[in-house]
Amino acid sequence: MHVEVDVPRCVASGQCVLLAPDVFDQRDEDGLVVLLNENPPAELHDAVRESATVCPAAAIRLEEA
Amino acid sequence: MTSSPTVPAFTLVRPQDAPLDPSPLYAKLRAKQPISRVSLWEGQLSPWLVTRWEDARAVLGSPAFSADPTHAGAPTFRKDTPQGRRGFFLNQDDPVHAMMRRTLTREFMVKRINELRPAIARLTDELLTDLTELSGPADFVEHFALPLPSLVICELLGVPYEDHGFFQEHSKAIVDFNATAQESTQALASVSEYLLGLVETKRAEPGNDVITRLAVQADEGVITDQDAADLGAFLLIAGHETTANMIALSTITLLAHPDQIPHILGGQEQVAGAVEELLRYVSIVHGGLRRTAVEDVTIDGVTIRAGEGVIVPIHVANRDPELFTAPDDLDLDRANARQHLAFGYGIHQCLGQPLARAELQIVLPEIFRRLPELKIAVPMDEIAFKQDTVVYGVVELPVAW
Repeated sequence: MHVEVDVPRCVASGQCVLLAPDVFDQRDEDGLVVLLNENPPAELHDAVRESATVCPAAAIRLEEA
Repeated sequence: MTSSPTVPAFTLVRPQDAPLDPSPLYAKLRAKQPISRVSLWEGQLSPWLVTRWEDARAVLGSPAFSADPTHAGAPTFRKDTPQGRRGFFLNQDDPVHAMMRRTLTREFMVKRINELRPAIARLTDELLTDLTELSGPADFVEHFALPLPSLVICELLGVPYEDHGFFQEHSKAIVDFNATAQESTQALASVSEYLLGLVETKRAEPGNDVITRLAVQADEGVITDQDAADLGAFLLIAGHETTANMIALSTITLLAHPDQIPHILGGQEQVAGAVEELLRYVSIVHGGLRRTAVEDVTIDGVTIRAGEGVIVPIHVANRDPELFTAPDDLDLDRANARQHLAFGYGIHQCLGQPLARAELQIVLPEIFRRLPELKIAVPMDEIAFKQDTVVYGVVELPVAW
């Protein structure tokens, strides 16, 4: 799985950070998304998929291998 | 515009025998014609009503719709709703919306909210201690559900301890069900005036709080002092009554499902999941999110013309059987509960959601841990629900413990 985030679209709802804190974080200055791992391990895939599904701004894109 | 007899009136009234369920009208519309006309303002307007979860997300996530209530034909809760100040960015479109929201996004970062957790736990403990020192039945709304989120907002904004009484009293008056519109407006004006003074105070004596950081942004010319005060007032409006009613209605819901109370007393992850299901099931923001199309757009095969209004009742979308199996059942173990729209969807989705989640995750287990014998002190049919309001709730909740 390959993850991309569209930072300008992000509205800082924080749901991805709650669901997959090893993959997503927030910038200290404005709370917008920071991608920590663009190729997360298999055990995190479900949480990353759920993050992409619930993201209110559709700012998380996934490419599944 | 007048409505034909086949167009049903938009209603917020929930069934008397199932006060946590939406009006049965909406399940019928969802099955028959999921995007259909309803009549509003006694037939003066007939906006579209969206009842499916997927269509609700499509509308709320689309730039073809405006949240500005001043469009001609905007299906607002009350006719002639003003847009209001730009600090109340719920009613603004981008770029103003994004600019105002961006002044607060860091305040609700998950790590910042986690820093507030000990304060929320302390306030919860203090209020529950005060409640149990009362003799006999007491109103859970007045003594716990309303003061808790208001005190949390005091912490967040940096309201000094000696002003908590003033702040509490006025924030209570803003949401008082029995207050006239004029009384509520006056209370809000007092809070705004107080916050404008607080911006000055924080400039002189900075703290680790929202108003201090908004004062800095005002000094940098990003916003005005008035914006800083309005943003503070908006956080109070957005985070007080909503959280209070969510606490009260979740408590009622859990008492009605005693077999599921152990879930709310479980581990951190179990509690987090239970809170998502309660957010879905209770869906306190039941007035419907209101939008106006700014261009022609087709949703689920229905063409909505530029200028037409759309109402998205999120409590109805949250009971869509296409996504949620047995949607009218409470299931604190529900795997996909987190897909609820209780905080809305799209760029306007609730900014305070990490705080709301933290409050509910701390408060709900603590209520049932501290008050294992908690019960409602009157028959259920004597509880007055706030039907015709944007935020659903109870006027009072007499409890014994």
